Amino acid sequence: MNTSTDTTGAAKAAPAGGTGTPGPGWFKRRVIGTKADVVPRITFAVVAFLLIVVAPGMLTAFRLDLLAKYLVFAIVAVGIALAWGRGGMLVLGQGLFFGLGGYVMAMHLQLADAGPGEKPMFMSLTGASDLPGLWEPFRSPVFTLVMVVALPMAVATLLGLLVFRSRVRGPYFAILTQALAAAFVILLVGQQDLTGGTNGLTVSTFFGLDLAKNSDKLTLYFIVLAVLLVVFLIARQMVKSRYGQLLVAVRDGEDRVRFLGYSPTTVKVVAFATAAGMAGVAGALFVPIVGIISPTSLGIVPSIEMVIWVAVGGRVSMAGAIAGALLVNFAKTELSEAMPSGWLYAQGLLFILVVAFAPRGLAGVGDWWRENRDRFDRFRPGARTAAPASGAAAGEGA
Amino acid sequence: MSTDTATAAPTRRDPTAPWPILQIRGLGVTFGGFQALTDVDLDARQGEVHFLIGPNGAGKTTLVDIITGLTKPTTGSVRFDDVELTGHKEHRIVHLGVGRSFQAATVFEALTVAENLDIAASFRMGLRGLLRQARGRRPEVAEALEVTGLHDVADRPAGALAHGQKQWLEIGMLLTQKPRLLLLDEPVAGMSPDERTRTGDLVRYVAKDCTVLVVEHDMDFMRRFADRVTVLHEGKVLKADATVAEVQADPVVQEVYIGRAKDDRNSVSRAAAATDTTTEETA
Ligand SMILES: Nc1ncnc2c1ncn2[C@@H]1O[C@H](COP(=O)(O)OP(=O)(O)O)[C@@H](O)[C@H]1O
Ligand SMILES: [Mg+2]
Repeated sequence: MNTSTDTTGAAKAAPAGGTGTPGPGWFKRRVIGTKADVVPRITFAVVAFLLIVVAPGMLTAFRLDLLAKYLVFAIVAVGIALAWGRGGMLVLGQGLFFGLGGYVMAMHLQLADAGPGEKPMFMSLTGASDLPGLWEPFRSPVFTLVMVVALPMAVATLLGLLVFRSRVRGPYFAILTQALAAAFVILLVGQQDLTGGTNGLTVSTFFGLDLAKNSDKLTLYFIVLAVLLVVFLIARQMVKSRYGQLLVAVRDGEDRVRFLGYSPTTVKVVAFATAAGMAGVAGALFVPIVGIISPTSLGIVPSIEMVIWVAVGGRVSMAGAIAGALLVNFAKTELSEAMPSGWLYAQGLLFILVVAFAPRGLAGVGDWWRENRDRFDRFRPGARTAAPASGAAAGEGA
Repeated sequence: MSTDTATAAPTRRDPTAPWPILQIRGLGVTFGGFQALTDVDLDARQGEVHFLIGPNGAGKTTLVDIITGLTKPTTGSVRFDDVELTGHKEHRIVHLGVGRSFQAATVFEALTVAENLDIAASFRMGLRGLLRQARGRRPEVAEALEVTGLHDVADRPAGALAHGQKQWLEIGMLLTQKPRLLLLDEPVAGMSPDERTRTGDLVRYVAKDCTVLVVEHDMDFMRRFADRVTVLHEGKVLKADATVAEVQADPVVQEVYIGRAKDDRNSVSRAAAATDTTTEETA
């Protein structure tokens, strides 16, 4: 949490009378920001330019599709960074929430493909007579869009209330979430008539977009990008708010928080449910991009991979988590094309290296530079003195 | 132990506030067959600094844990301002006006000093308010920074503070919550004589609007800052609600506690050092 930014920003914004009021210095204050903001904001602008302009213009349809998939994974990663990096909850079963969102969306898309009153294709193959009652409400696009977020959040809230109240934490919590993801897969496979079993559910359209058409896939790419931006902004606002500090406080000293009059259960449930909602949204967007959702995308292995992206990118940093998801998945695609079995070992090694030597991940490199730059500045004329906020606090900027 | 500090000890028995805001009756707790507290009674009146002393393992921390809801008692009751505290969740008890510190200072090391205070001060805020960014500095936070002497390090991470400063930060965090009863578990452990004096002054400042129960080993610190004293020994009250002079004159207390402290060279040298009046500001 970069407080030096918070306090100076607040002090400057106050006299102007609210945010966004144009006035003298408005551009400098809102767009350029304080000195500490400059590097992150330039990075943000460059990355945004690359993703919005360069990538759609330069990449082949196939590559852009892959990028869209990585961006979907980045949405999950932001949630994990919030729950794990900030809240200390090692969520090893995000595949569960990813799957809930994905299946909710796939059910709706299959019904939409089938047409009014019709059953999805796989059901006529298995010979089911009527559309199961569980499917019926997902004909409604509005209900579906609500459930994509609400269902994972509701499940996470219930689970969190149960688990955090009985003070289950650390590895016990991690293993529990993982077990639930595994159980969900077993359920999906077992209920073949309802879920398509191991084959999963395939889709070919997305709210009127034809997923075989490149122009429509481009639209989908921009939808994913927009959703990622919204998710990132939500997470950043949470991290920078008092709640975000409280979350870190719960991570580092749950008892102290309790004796300050807060319920750590509530604090944790909010972050856990938010992460679940983000995973749900990602699952829902994964479906049209890949064209299919099946148990293989959300079991134990995918759930662990999701955590690895975040570990590599930097778990306390939302931007780091996004970078981690993009880079690790890019590497996975490249390397598994070259040597399919090698990737598993490479990924394992990468994870161990990061955990052992760079607990703050890639984002930690930026922090390291910020903390040590006065050493380099000595060699420049007009060297600045060391910024007062450094160490742990500076290491947790959004 | 020098006699001049003993005679100078504040023995303010306040007759205008006889009503005990904290009433503990018949409190007992067992941990798997071990009787940690037995039939403990304790009264603390509004605005007094009440010391709870006793040798290691006497049950002092356990008593604080019970008052604040961390440990459930086997028998007895804890009434604060005529509300029964036992059975409430920890955070509910805080909302009833009871704050506590821990034997080892616990502050949030990843957050800055000001953020630590701000979080403490925001404890009555709803989730919606918490989700907004903190703007400016609340008056309670500014006051706490002032009285704890942490003003100059407000934007430093709390993890970078010295041991004594962490204790003050923790007390400052409690101060922002405007509690009516404050329980401090060994607030001067590991502090230099000057830091002890400053902590004592801070406790006195807090006690302006608040009852303070201080768990402490240090006899000299008790002499200088206690209004009333309760002595605990092996889970039982040895001397209830006495003055410092009464405690010092009591032969039984001398035997089990002060006698022991006298033998302890460390304690004697610390007490001697504490009377030294050099003030070396550390903050
Ligand atoms: N949770 C617990 N389980 C078992 N024994 C405990 C527990 N808490 C405290 N005790 C025991 O109770 C006694 C009193 O401990 P404590 O209250 O910490 O003493 P003090 O703070 O006076 O030094 C000690 O013998 C300690 O070992
Ligand atoms: Mg103790």
